[in-house]
Amino acid sequence: MLRIKRVPTVVSNYQKEEGGEATRPVGGCGRNCLKSCCIQEAKLPLYAFKRLQKAKGKDLALQECGEPPVAFLDSLILGEWEERMQRGLFRYDVTACETKVIPGEYGFIAQLNEGRHLKKRPTEFRVDKVLQPFDQNKFNFTKVGQEELLFQFESSDDGEVQFFPNAPIDVDNSPSLVAINVSPIEYGHVLLIPRIFECLPQRIDHESFLLALHMAAEAGNPYFRLGYNSLGAFATINHLHFQAYYLAAPFPIEKAPTKKIAKSNAGVKISELLKYPVRGLVFEGGDTLEDLANIVSDACICLQNNNIPYNVLIADCGKQVFLLPQCYAEKQALGEVDAELLDTQVNPAVWEISGHMVLKRKKDYEEASEANAWRLLAEVSLSEARFEEVNALIFEAIASFELEVKAETSEEEVNAAKSKARPAKAMVAGTQECLVLQ
Amino acid sequence: MESSSSTSSSSTRRTTSTEITSTSLMAIQNSFDSVYSRYAREALDELPGNFTITDPSIPGHPIIFASQGFLKMTGYDRDEVVGRGGAMFQGDRTSRRSLMEVREAVRNDRSCQVSLLNYRKDGTPFWMLFHVSPVFGRDGGRVVHFVAVQVPLEGRRLRRRRSIGCRRGSGDDGGSGDYVLGCCRKEVCNDNSLEVELVSSMDHGLDHDTKELDSDKPCEATDDEKRSVMVAMDNIFSVLTHYSESTGRLVCRKRCSIPDMGLLSTSLIISLGRIKQSFVLTNPHLPDMPIVYASDAFLNLTGYARDEVLGRNCRFLGGPDTDDSTLYLIRESIKNEQPCTVRILNYRKDRSSFWNLLHISPVRDASGKVAYYVGVQIEDECKNEDRQGLSPEKRQLSVVGVVKVAVRSLSMHAGSSKS
Ligand SMILES: Cc1cc2nc3c(=O)[nH]c(=O)nc-3n(C[C@H](O)[C@H](O)[C@H](O)COP(=O)(O)O)c2cc1C
Ligand SMILES: [Zn+2]
Repeated sequence: MLRIKRVPTVVSNYQKEEGGEATRPVGGCGRNCLKSCCIQEAKLPLYAFKRLQKAKGKDLALQECGEPPVAFLDSLILGEWEERMQRGLFRYDVTACETKVIPGEYGFIAQLNEGRHLKKRPTEFRVDKVLQPFDQNKFNFTKVGQEELLFQFESSDDGEVQFFPNAPIDVDNSPSLVAINVSPIEYGHVLLIPRIFECLPQRIDHESFLLALHMAAEAGNPYFRLGYNSLGAFATINHLHFQAYYLAAPFPIEKAPTKKIAKSNAGVKISELLKYPVRGLVFEGGDTLEDLANIVSDACICLQNNNIPYNVLIADCGKQVFLLPQCYAEKQALGEVDAELLDTQVNPAVWEISGHMVLKRKKDYEEASEANAWRLLAEVSLSEARFEEVNALIFEAIASFELEVKAETSEEEVNAAKSKARPAKAMVAGTQECLVLQ
Repeated sequence: MESSSSTSSSSTRRTTSTEITSTSLMAIQNSFDSVYSRYAREALDELPGNFTITDPSIPGHPIIFASQGFLKMTGYDRDEVVGRGGAMFQGDRTSRRSLMEVREAVRNDRSCQVSLLNYRKDGTPFWMLFHVSPVFGRDGGRVVHFVAVQVPLEGRRLRRRRSIGCRRGSGDDGGSGDYVLGCCRKEVCNDNSLEVELVSSMDHGLDHDTKELDSDKPCEATDDEKRSVMVAMDNIFSVLTHYSESTGRLVCRKRCSIPDMGLLSTSLIISLGRIKQSFVLTNPHLPDMPIVYASDAFLNLTGYARDEVLGRNCRFLGGPDTDDSTLYLIRESIKNEQPCTVRILNYRKDRSSFWNLLHISPVRDASGKVAYYVGVQIEDECKNEDRQGLSPEKRQLSVVGVVKVAVRSLSMHAGSSKS
């Protein structure tokens, strides 16, 4: 069994050392918890999105190449978050943490965050099992207080966007909730917890992933991205959740050139990241949000079923998804990671992999360079050979999408600079663009 | 944050602000005339080529001028284009990454050149070489406008490009098939071993996709095309600089002076322009903490023009019956770098008074230090409207959120970095 020791992140004020019991007694506690004692009385804003939304065209297109007007969901998140901030629910003011763009081609972003990991002892995490059963005894989001919840997020049943400022929380209806992360790594850091009361373990399913895509699309802000860490890829809480926050700058991973590998029958384009320290796939477009969600969640399910840890970034208002299998934690457990890298205590989860490095030591912040960031992320990446293997698994899993695979000699579809692109690991031997029915 | 007072339906929906009010049309006309004079329009109309001029300081960063050539190329009338954002020409197949490049260049006052897929009014797509350049004000060094030149990349790879099967999703949806020109299946796949498998897939609409494969492929511009972009730019800039002399608001192509300390960056102004509510930004590092940004809604609320408020401390909003203890509270909060909410009696330019539910909050930049204070005003009487949307207090706080994100993120670049 592989384990690593790390300081767990405190995402809730109700999270105790060792992730043990909630600090509240259960039963008529009068403290606004999420248990039956208090939940009946609870009122929480509810945002219901239009489910059948075309991902194409104006509807979802970024309004402006500059910035779109502030969308309703965007202002809901920001308004509720700022209110929690003024109520003092966060462990620190993240806007008081210094941050900068590291000079270089990619513009890695560094933040000095000395408060995030204070007052916590390292805990052991098992990293060789991507799927683990939900454990009621460990910390989970049903143990947070109501004040940490921002709103309920669900699909509307009448096909229109709806907003109810004071909706009851209907436990039987499996609400999905958005809560603050009390240790934010940027402004607006929240957690999306699909069907919270079903106590799902950290494991992607179609419906939950679609929900996350909808959140990105509804916020309509290219600088509001969602992320997912599987177990073994630096998730610390085994209760299904996505994270999200605002950072109004492009992430390095979004700037990396890509090479198109295939396109599904529903218009989802699949590319491979190029010139980026972490190898990964990019899924874009699709006729509807569902099309994108289906293919990406099949890929994720394939990875987790094959026990391959991975991270997911949802960018560009839900139009673009980065899928990054990783092996850092495994290497760390096997003692294969450089001590110097370990010393920085940076846990390369989805944000770090995307190029937003949260640093705990002033020294690391001051010396932050593109080369350092690259060196860390290179450790996170699968080797080329392993990546090919993993890709083969993924493509087998998504074969039902009738991929049209691009073979290597077709014209380059490389965004930005031409690069020493490796051939597509197409399942095709053709010398032309070919359609393949998988 | 949108529709500050007029939402009446039970469910609140974001409004795509495409309607252009007459006041904003005035602002647009003024934006051009006050810098170049209206005679510059005639001079620009005589220039060949496709180009547009935009104003980043007007909310939505609208087009304020479009050349004849541009209108001809896109098939729009001038009044369908002026006042709208450049996004109206984009669609499904427009590369998100290229748009990101443009967006970042604009936010950082830089020029940039990319191949971009755009759509005409009739929905047909075309490739063009797109070049955008900032126009700097000579004093202050601030970006006044952007000029964009569009050179169509017609003539090459036409066969492929004509087979683009998808029009942009705006407007009427009918007839998307109109532009799907037949495309030889053999041409797409001539690997015999695979042909058998292909047949069935072809029959349910995969044609469409085979064409798209090509349409989102960036189209390389030739040196000639690149040169013609630069020639067009030169011509436009010579007209703009020449006519700016007549108004005294001189512009130049290169930043001629370091921007004033107190001036906001283009990127910040663009981000703040998204916010439809009444708010101001003040700079505590300048003497007497003057207003450095005032939103349109603030000007509407108070009746002042922008240049009557910029540079002044907000205290001019107070008057004879304004409560001293409230002012004291504000002063104390600012001294302690704390947010505060007060109800204060304020006066408009016409001296009529109103109760202002004022929220003031410090705003930190990327260094973690307080760079501005944001003050968000709500007229108390308007408070009860919009019960189904966000409460006025929440909307007030969401303005604070947008401002905090913008100020923090947009000051991260302090170290020199190419992006
Ligand atoms: C960001 C900001 C916004 C403000 N907005 C208003 C306002 O809308 N109305 C008002 O009466 N005072 C407003 N004030 C308060 C005045 O600027 C000033 O601080 C107040 O009059 C007390 O200070 P004084 O004693 O220097 O006048 C605002 C202050 C700040 C910092
Ligand atoms: Zn309780």
